[in-house]
Amino acid sequence: MRETLLEVSDLRVHFPVRGQGLFARPRPLRAVDGVSFTVHAGETLGIVGESGSGKSTIARAILRLNTPTGGRVVWLGTDIARLSEHALRPLRRDLQIIFQDPLASLDPRMTVGDIVAEPLTVAEPELTREARRERVAAMLDLVGLSPQMVNRYPHEFSGGQCQRIGIARAMVVRPRLVLCDEAVSSLDVSIQAQIINLLKRLQREMGLSLIFISHDLSVVRHISDRILVLYLGRVMELGPAERVIGLAHHPYTAALISAVPVPDPAVERGRPRLLLEGEIPSPLDPPSGCVFRTRCPKAQARCAAEVPALVPRGTDEAHLAACHFPNI
Amino acid sequence: MSTLETPGGGRGRLIEEAARVRGRSLWDDARARLLANKAALSSLIVLGIIAILALFAPLLSPYGYDEVMFDRITIPPDFSRAHWFGTDGLGRDLFVRTLHGARVSLAVGVVATLVSLVIGVAYGATAGFIGGRVDELMMRVVDVLYALPFIFFVIILVVIFGKNFILLFVAIGAVEWLTMARIVRGQTISLKEREFIEAARASGVGTFAIIRTHILPNLLGPVVVYVTLTIPQVILAESFLSFLGLGIQEPLTSWGVLISEGAINMETAPWMLAFPAAFMAITLFCFNFIGDGLRDAIDPKTR
Repeated sequence: MRETLLEVSDLRVHFPVRGQGLFARPRPLRAVDGVSFTVHAGETLGIVGESGSGKSTIARAILRLNTPTGGRVVWLGTDIARLSEHALRPLRRDLQIIFQDPLASLDPRMTVGDIVAEPLTVAEPELTREARRERVAAMLDLVGLSPQMVNRYPHEFSGGQCQRIGIARAMVVRPRLVLCDEAVSSLDVSIQAQIINLLKRLQREMGLSLIFISHDLSVVRHISDRILVLYLGRVMELGPAERVIGLAHHPYTAALISAVPVPDPAVERGRPRLLLEGEIPSPLDPPSGCVFRTRCPKAQARCAAEVPALVPRGTDEAHLAACHFPNI
Repeated sequence: MSTLETPGGGRGRLIEEAARVRGRSLWDDARARLLANKAALSSLIVLGIIAILALFAPLLSPYGYDEVMFDRITIPPDFSRAHWFGTDGLGRDLFVRTLHGARVSLAVGVVATLVSLVIGVAYGATAGFIGGRVDELMMRVVDVLYALPFIFFVIILVVIFGKNFILLFVAIGAVEWLTMARIVRGQTISLKEREFIEAARASGVGTFAIIRTHILPNLLGPVVVYVTLTIPQVILAESFLSFLGLGIQEPLTSWGVLISEGAINMETAPWMLAFPAAFMAITLFCFNFIGDGLRDAIDPKTR
């Protein structure tokens, strides 16, 4: 078993939403409600789910950009969910994030060199200017940008190049875990492939772990070792990538997989499609029992009464699903 | 981390070359757009000339600004005796007085605006960035101060502290920073949610370092525009106070004082009103044109 870097247990992030009327009590919006998973050294965990399922909130809670309402986020033995900002600072260099919108995540008034150097000035303040410049140039080279670009500004770059800058910024401090929050979703498909291959290469060379968040199962499948399927802030299924894709236990995962187009028109036309009715329910007022039951083709009375536990449903101990009536 | 090194000395050369390649910053773009704007460019030049005239006023004329000549009371513009703008009711040369007035008016305008800028930006950025209760409290204070009637406030200050020059800066600055704080707070709140701020927070950059390196540079655009539009407001406010007799005291003068005297003698000595008023109007126009030009230059989308 490889070293466990991150252990998230029963993570809850609730946001108070002010009710109508003067004296209405604020109601909790359960963005993330009892999520547990681990990330091992060198592996990639993919998190999939539709919009509003809480994917980004998990990433932000791990980085403490949001304060978790409950649960533990244990990083190498330290629970960082409760640490003060000050105590957290030395740990921050190990945990970095790559954002969805490449241009928005770069300060328009800073040069590329300054942007990439910023985490370095915090993580290694003892570096001389020269050494810092050297590191930045090396990092830009590593992500496939010319070090000559250091004095240019973000708006002079394309989306794919901006994302490479974002990656350089995240990697320059040599983190151990990088959270990619929809890191390729706003890019063109051919650029997506380049960026994913770049991430895989960097992961191999630097021995990183990745948490790869996306709503696009075909992207997640390509990069992940394990996949976590999220719905309404709860884990539906978690397991090795090939098993989750090949032998989806949970009806929700099955529906997601069926929504991924097959790049062959003949197959695509003849394929049965599992269509989900309706929209994802409001996290202000989640359904009782299994949160997916309102849209589940297999839902029965028991689903409304009892919350299904996230346990192994098939033969593989590492493949967990939260469903009373799994597809096995 | 052997993978981070490349073979040979190729990188050293690349880095040196890099130093020579300069990107076009948003400021470079803005400057080019501003200079392409004819109204703004000519306003800058005119304003520069007025500022230089004001600065070198004593060298340009043989007369002192408080030099009273009883034989030359209220004479119209007279080039033979170097009274280019004529003289006032006490026989003082109006050219020198107008330029001295320019000094005072511009100084009040710039200094009071700077005071409001420093207080407003620091206050607004802090309130906006920290948010929550701190923000609520800080902005309610602003609301309360906003509700004080300006003239009433100045009159109270004058009554308590007596008339003096510094009081004018304080009084005007103390009122003008409120709007600045509101503008800056609003901008900060919208900036705070941007992803590059989150990225900095995720890297462990401290709150005040984020305000300094990310928030302030990005605030600068709207703030610069507001500053250029505040200066004329302050000049007007000073004129108004001086017009009421609450501002600058004789023999010191400002455009407001001169206009006030000119207005009294408007029928008999129109030049006493015309020259200071023209200078002030031109200056205000220039500042407004520059402010407009800056706004277009800094944020071309709003044009």
